[in-house]
Amino acid sequence: MDPKELKRVRMVKRIAQEFPDGALVNLGIGMPTMVANYIPEGRTILLQSENGFTGLGPAAQKGRENQSIVNAGGQAVTIVPGGAFFDSAMSFAIIRGGHVDYTVLGGLEVDMEGNLANYMIPGKMVPGMGGAMDLVAGAKNVIVAMEHVSKNGAPKILKKCSLPLTAKGEVDLIVTDMAFIRVTKKGLVLEEIAEDTTVEEVIKATEAPLHIAGKLGRF
Amino acid sequence: MKPILTTDKAVEGIGDGATLMVAGFMGCGNAFTLIDALVNKGAKNLNLITSDTAYPDVGVGRLICQNRAATLTASHIGTNPFSGQKMNSGELKVTLVPQGTFAERIRAKGAGLGGVLTPTGIGTAVEEGKQKLSLQGKDYLLELPLGADFAFIKAEIADKYGNAFLPGATKNMAVVMAMAADHVILEAEKIVEPGELDPDKVTIPGIFVSALVRSTLPASNVQLKA
Repeated sequence: MDPKELKRVRMVKRIAQEFPDGALVNLGIGMPTMVANYIPEGRTILLQSENGFTGLGPAAQKGRENQSIVNAGGQAVTIVPGGAFFDSAMSFAIIRGGHVDYTVLGGLEVDMEGNLANYMIPGKMVPGMGGAMDLVAGAKNVIVAMEHVSKNGAPKILKKCSLPLTAKGEVDLIVTDMAFIRVTKKGLVLEEIAEDTTVEEVIKATEAPLHIAGKLGRF
Repeated sequence: MKPILTTDKAVEGIGDGATLMVAGFMGCGNAFTLIDALVNKGAKNLNLITSDTAYPDVGVGRLICQNRAATLTASHIGTNPFSGQKMNSGELKVTLVPQGTFAERIRAKGAGLGGVLTPTGIGTAVEEGKQKLSLQGKDYLLELPLGADFAFIKAEIADKYGNAFLPGATKNMAVVMAMAADHVILEAEKIVEPGELDPDKVTIPGIFVSALVRSTLPASNVQLKA
């Protein structure tokens, strides 16, 4: 595994530990989807696919795809025993109504007030928000999973987001390749750092001010 | 009993400038046969309402690629690059709506509600131009009902009264769209006699359906990604 992939695995493994047994979780497309592979032994979570079911399972095997079962990315997937299908109004009632315990999404920018920007870059990327705005506004716990800095090294955890917001003040946790940060009323609290970094390095890579937890963990 | 039409007959009344809802999600649950007939008919300047524009050659995505839509109301267009290109060039007027709001606005139309109050979009660009209400300490946006002249729905089984069974994740926007359009054209893989579809297995009650059409094209929405 290349170093970048190893860091991603470490990040999603850490996120996977957050869910209590039986939690209903919605994972975004891309890296967040990897979280499902690292649920600690002895715990079971139920995944929601916002296009219309609970009990989202792994990708369908080649040749065994069912045209009626796709995930929110349009990929042929499976449904696990105990799953249930429903329509979009029900699916988003589940999301908006606060019945989803955790959602994990990627981020372009997050700021110290828990604002998230992850759905568009004006003039460049305008794909539409899909279900992201409903998920971030409605899920009980919102976890942002992303690289700590952008491709050119610029901080992504800012004092104030500059890109259009997906939701205001809804982020609870930010987990990156470097840090585990909780959004609180008094600001961002650095609770854990990755095993190959230092507090100084994390502070340097973060634009927003960080409170350092009394007992700093490692992951 | 509902009329069972040929595909050509079913889309005959959909004129230029009509407002059309197409159920489906990334092609899953699109009425492939009806979309094909509409493309062949040559209807243009459609006002298209659909959750996403699928992929360029798949289902509802074809209406975009073949320049049949003048406006598009959707929640996601990222998987069909032509939607973004036409939006940027000004050929296609696009309104992006959060997916849950999209479903609920359509449901409101079908359910006779004057609108819905949702927290989704508060503090974002979505709230621009909308009425904001603060109720019991929480802010909501007033989102207005969304209806259409026609809706295309795809079912696996329908009986001759239009009662329909939609399997798995194909239900998506179909249930609310069936309630919200003046003319609902339902494409079914199999059309059975009344009584042959268990009333307990009905996803969409036949009362919403205007006409039935038999599928002649297989669903092939699934993207075979590794």
